Amino acid sequence: MKASSDATISSSDRDQEAPLLELVGVTKAFPAVLANDDVSLRIQPGEIRAILGENGAGKSTLVKIIYGVLVPDAGEIRWRGEKVAIRNPAHARALGIGMVFQHFSLFETLTVAENISLATAQSPAELEPAIVEFGDRFGLPVEPRALVHSLSVGERQRVEIIRCLLQDPRLIIMDEPTSVLPPSGIPPLFETIRKLTEQGRAVLFISHKLEEIRSLCHQATVMRGGKVIASVDPAKETNESLAHLMIGRDIPHPEREAATPAENAAMAVRGLTYTPPDPFGTILRDISLSLHPGEIVGIAGVSGNGQRELAAVLSGETMLPSSRRDQVVIDGNACGDIDSGKRRSLGLAFVPEERNGRGAVPEMDLTKNALLTAHSFGLTKRGFIQRPAARAFAERCIAEMDVRCGGWDAEARSLSGGNLQKYIIGREIRLQPQILIASQPTWGVDVGAAAAIRQQLVDLRDGGVAILVISEELEELLEIADRLHVLFRGHLSPSIERARANTTLIGDFMTGGFLAADQAPGTASL
Amino acid sequence: MIKMPWVIETKSHRSPYAPLLAPLVAVAITVCTGIILLSLRGVPPGKALFFLYFSPFSSAFNISEVFLKMAPLLLIAQGLAIGFRAKVWNIGAEGQLLLGAIGASLLPIFFNDSQNPLMLPAMALIGGCFGMAWAGIAAWVRVRFNANEILVTLMLNSIALQLLFYLVAGPLRDPFGFNFPQSALFPEVGMLPILVDGLRVNISIFFAVIVTLLAWLFVERSMIGYKLEVGGTAPDAARYAGFGEGRAIWIALLIGGAAAGLAGAFEAAGPLGQLQRNISPGYGFAAIIVAFLGGLRAIGILFAAFFMAVIFVGGDIAQTSAGVPFAVNIVLQGVLLVTYLAARVFVDYRVRFGTKRRLPEGAH
Repeated sequence: MKASSDATISSSDRDQEAPLLELVGVTKAFPAVLANDDVSLRIQPGEIRAILGENGAGKSTLVKIIYGVLVPDAGEIRWRGEKVAIRNPAHARALGIGMVFQHFSLFETLTVAENISLATAQSPAELEPAIVEFGDRFGLPVEPRALVHSLSVGERQRVEIIRCLLQDPRLIIMDEPTSVLPPSGIPPLFETIRKLTEQGRAVLFISHKLEEIRSLCHQATVMRGGKVIASVDPAKETNESLAHLMIGRDIPHPEREAATPAENAAMAVRGLTYTPPDPFGTILRDISLSLHPGEIVGIAGVSGNGQRELAAVLSGETMLPSSRRDQVVIDGNACGDIDSGKRRSLGLAFVPEERNGRGAVPEMDLTKNALLTAHSFGLTKRGFIQRPAARAFAERCIAEMDVRCGGWDAEARSLSGGNLQKYIIGREIRLQPQILIASQPTWGVDVGAAAAIRQQLVDLRDGGVAILVISEELEELLEIADRLHVLFRGHLSPSIERARANTTLIGDFMTGGFLAADQAPGTASL
Repeated sequence: MIKMPWVIETKSHRSPYAPLLAPLVAVAITVCTGIILLSLRGVPPGKALFFLYFSPFSSAFNISEVFLKMAPLLLIAQGLAIGFRAKVWNIGAEGQLLLGAIGASLLPIFFNDSQNPLMLPAMALIGGCFGMAWAGIAAWVRVRFNANEILVTLMLNSIALQLLFYLVAGPLRDPFGFNFPQSALFPEVGMLPILVDGLRVNISIFFAVIVTLLAWLFVERSMIGYKLEVGGTAPDAARYAGFGEGRAIWIALLIGGAAAGLAGAFEAAGPLGQLQRNISPGYGFAAIIVAFLGGLRAIGILFAAFFMAVIFVGGDIAQTSAGVPFAVNIVLQGVLLVTYLAARVFVDYRVRFGTKRRLPEGAH
């Protein structure tokens, strides 16, 4: 067994103590791929360790091995100096390894407190004060009695983080925990993570946000193709050097020129007020917005401020009563009361934030998932499915978007979130829409692929498509959007031109700073 | 929350044969239960086994009976399975079958002297339409008022039965029938051709097999079948794609109603040859079991309908030869459904004893 590459590179004083977790030569092969190839790793108590790598680099496999979901084919795991075989996640938790998932494992029909109660010995009622207290302390506000199905993706992740913290683990694995936090929520979380590690806990931090890794982590283990490529001190690296290590080349930034939007709006929302049936939903208040061919409009804001409701009203998944049909206009046609299928025939395509179960049917293969929205693009004939055509469509999406999967017959649920997202975006782009609405387009997608998706959005814009991007990643919006709105408690801010957009102004808007000005007559934005 | 001494958890890997195993286990347990039940009634186990499961194959007549009973079961189950895959729970096939029989009987009753060879196809058409209309009531109140289709279709069964009782006792009663609650016998042109002289099996079994092929084509190849399935497995994805829920409910119920109505028409025009009170020995309910036992798949249902027909015929034989009550049939059907559903759980889940609970694992 070769010596751990960590030991040779790291020279911090933490190495003097016994390691909390040590992996030696861990190897895991799947039928098609060697997911982990002789991985060695050593985590000291009190350390914040980043694992950095693209989708398919082997990060998830490694984490699953540590958390007991997968059993390695070869190699050794030592926990506090003793060799262990982690049988299952319950065993991992008993040892003191906790995990915050990227895919949520919450029961939708239960409340937040009930979900957390499932993982602990306490009753939901006993947990409520603790949930509120953790929420306050870590800036993770969540209503303990809210039903999980009514929560946004961002709020669900907060529940996951709180649930893990309540179990008081020694090693916490965090799978992209910051991806749904508002910019103002990240420093407090980092502060929490640092406080936790001061007490000797270690954190395994998986993220693709290089900036965060550089400011937070003591060590970064870079993986590529199942192997550990390097172990570096991220504070001494630049974003470019880290990205280069991770993907083996430089990350492309989208090439964009100034937008030349057409005069007539492709889609417009006029004075939309909508109260969702869900009592925990956000009421949309007097929203007006226009979307012109050849521009990318971004909607920023922390999740739970009405993004979910707005996206559903725009896509047609939520239909308005016909008396208010002219509150949503596509290409001059009032269409607030027609369903998403009919809006698609008017040239609308939509990428939802949930991939499994909404953008794709988890139990169906990728070919059948192509049919979901592309059925009228020559994939059916006289009401019958043309399987060769559907398969060819799926194969083109897979090839064009570099979707890592078992092929056209892979079930959607077998793909990682990022790969399924690439597939869905590929499918929607191939529909040649006039209007594309994308909700969290790059959430959970690795840097290289996210850059490719952003470039595709910019290219589509240059081809005259009107694009609306709803995203919690401000950097993403600042990179691609021609102008921005901010959604706060169901209110939409005035439009901010690209040139004026900066984190200070948007941060102010994200906490409602625009409201006073907006309510004065005559200043409503369009 | 109550803590059980066991936990049920999702299997991480499931055998490709597991879905096939569940119905086989259910069938095996049902066979054993049948023998035990008859033994309790004083029938020696060997004889019980023979009566219930071998005697249906013991003579040409009995084999013909198996196929005669298989036809309506197969027909109805194929229609129901399409709805069940879309998670539309039509429990009213029995009532839809009765309406189909009533509708189909109108022609031969009112044109009793007719020699028109088109009468039989017209009867089948009317029967299918009546069944469809009866199911359509449930579809309408579900889409319009969001009334649960399980309750509505179930209650419509009772209404259909009372309607039949009223009709055969009154307006459709044979005027020369000594006041028996039954209609006049159908003319020759209103009867299904018999396959083998002297036996009762008729061409309805061919129609049932043709419907099986059509059902397979519909589920596996048609866009409407695909939309129904998306609506059943991922309602949010159906809404995202714009596959209307209301349309899916209408289509699912109308297909189930048409198949059951057709089966009713074939019963009236086949073994009965008239409209009477006992049109169906519970085919509409047994077909629900057949649909599930067949895994809601067209080919699986073919085998399930065959087995169910064997239980029907075996039960009848046991009734006449060994004096066991007809209820044995119903008990065996119940055992079959319950054991199948229980066995089906183990296809996707496993039970682990011990009080330690595990979190659901998110990623896989």
